[in-house]
Amino acid sequence: MMTLIVNGMPHQLDIDPSTPLLYALRNQLGLHGAKFGCGLGQCGACTVIVGDKPVFSCLMPVAAIGTRSVRTIEGLGSTDKPGKLQQAFIDKQAAQCGYCIAGMVMRAQALLDRVPSPTDEQIRAHMEPNLCRCGTHMRILAAIRQAGQPA
Amino acid sequence: MKRSIGLAASLCALLCAAFFAGTLGSLAYPHFTPTANAAETSTRPLTDTALLKHGANLAAIGDCVVCHTTERSAPFAGGRPLDTPFGTIYSTNITPDRQTGIGDWTLSDFTRSMRRGIARDGHLLYPAFPYPHFTHMTDADIAALYAYLMSRDAVQSTAPANQLMFPLSFRRLIAAWNLFFLHLGVEANGETNSQANVQAPAEPATHDAQLIRGKYLIDGPAHCAACHTPMNLLGAEKRGDAFDGNVIEGWEAPALTTLLSAPEPWTHDQLAAYLRTGFADQHGAAAGPMRAVTQSLTNASDVDVHAMATYLLSLQKLAEASPKAMQQTAQANMNNIRDGATLFSAACASCHAANAPMTTLGSRPSLALGTAVNAHDPRNALRMILDGIPTDRSMRAAFMPGFADTFTNAQIANLAAYLRSNFSSQPAWTLDEADVERLRKESHEP
Repeated sequence: MMTLIVNGMPHQLDIDPSTPLLYALRNQLGLHGAKFGCGLGQCGACTVIVGDKPVFSCLMPVAAIGTRSVRTIEGLGSTDKPGKLQQAFIDKQAAQCGYCIAGMVMRAQALLDRVPSPTDEQIRAHMEPNLCRCGTHMRILAAIRQAGQPA
Repeated sequence: MKRSIGLAASLCALLCAAFFAGTLGSLAYPHFTPTANAAETSTRPLTDTALLKHGANLAAIGDCVVCHTTERSAPFAGGRPLDTPFGTIYSTNITPDRQTGIGDWTLSDFTRSMRRGIARDGHLLYPAFPYPHFTHMTDADIAALYAYLMSRDAVQSTAPANQLMFPLSFRRLIAAWNLFFLHLGVEANGETNSQANVQAPAEPATHDAQLIRGKYLIDGPAHCAACHTPMNLLGAEKRGDAFDGNVIEGWEAPALTTLLSAPEPWTHDQLAAYLRTGFADQHGAAAGPMRAVTQSLTNASDVDVHAMATYLLSLQKLAEASPKAMQQTAQANMNNIRDGATLFSAACASCHAANAPMTTLGSRPSLALGTAVNAHDPRNALRMILDGIPTDRSMRAAFMPGFADTFTNAQIANLAAYLRSNFSSQPAWTLDEADVERLRKESHEP
């Protein structure tokens, strides 16, 4: 048995310690926001925040998490009450097929937690590991820029 | 600590020598004063295509662009910080900009800087600029390189001020350094005008011709020893230990004299492929500072890269059991290895397991053949786990995600212990989380 703290809630899980976090989130906890893309840490669709760092959850062994807390897109808001960054993605219509978006949002959130109003250069450098095959990058940038504006 | 005391003592010695050299300076360097601009006519603009191609090849072999570029959109404009044991030195602008670059430099100014490390205005350049190697370049090659650099776009850009430990900002000290460590090349031998023997052969040449050409390129423009040779306390290459390896920008630049001791001994073709593409399918991908070098060599002449491979293979020492390895009796803790195996199966196996597509497709070698996993020093293995190999925008390149944010120091130490025990027949590394923490904090080149 191990304890995972996800979006502030502790969960007791009876799983193999070498299970990647992504599978624990999707299969055990029913959190389907983070997606399986490449399984190789090359696309970023599975990105969640562990501690205060964005990580590829497909390559994150649950055994390595320890006492660090996990944040997924479900922790930012809901369909009815989207969080500030989620609302910015909606406002800018940043999703096309949407597969990369949960990962994009979580990587961007990690930046905004550290740098509330990032420059374009900071956003571009920070978002580099995450890919969008539909090519909505300019809208994703615009959404992050909007979320970085003081309310 | 021992090192810093030694360093301080050496600096004192250098300081004393500088007074001495200061008086000798004008004697040792007949062109110590700035050259008069009016006295020489600039040779720009040059349109000789063959000359420019020749210069472009030398620039690729010398990977000038690697150190002299910060922004990819402004090649050769300088400003890149180079971390040395003595502080940070910023590379200079070598575009033809007249105010901030070398636009005002004549060929003879340029030649003097390449051979003697003296800038146009007479100030001494730090030997982070590898003039102790470029001093071996022929007149014709220096002229071609000059023509090539002068044909680049001028960029206005001034490098930040160097941040060096006292008293090294006093550039006159370099005169003393030069007295001891600058061994003038062709100029001293009076051979500047007879370089038929080192000219690039048009056709695949005989083995002997390749050796001569390869030695010229490696000792001269390619300056391989600048990273791959241990340095003394004054930052000069230890000539007796040439190509025995060194640590540079946080990465181990491996010895180039033990290439036959690799799990798959290096061959000519593997070396040439590695140098030109940054990847050898029996060894792995270039990482750290070497990656940029291979990206530059991509643009070099095939014949020349093969000559370099030929010469490198001629440097091999007979494989001998390393006394260090024999004495090493450290046994990695089984619990650590088991923990590392768990982490490996979640984080690494999707690419590095024996049956993973990354291993079975695209000729990626098993980790068992990897240079870092089999090295005496765990440094590069840890560096790779921490930093990976970054993407290169849309360029085709080897890639590995870094795991600095995924794993704790103790987890990385355990993972390394597992890699060593599972993939290498070499003795276990002695390492713990403090070693990982040290590497994490080190400034380095990703």
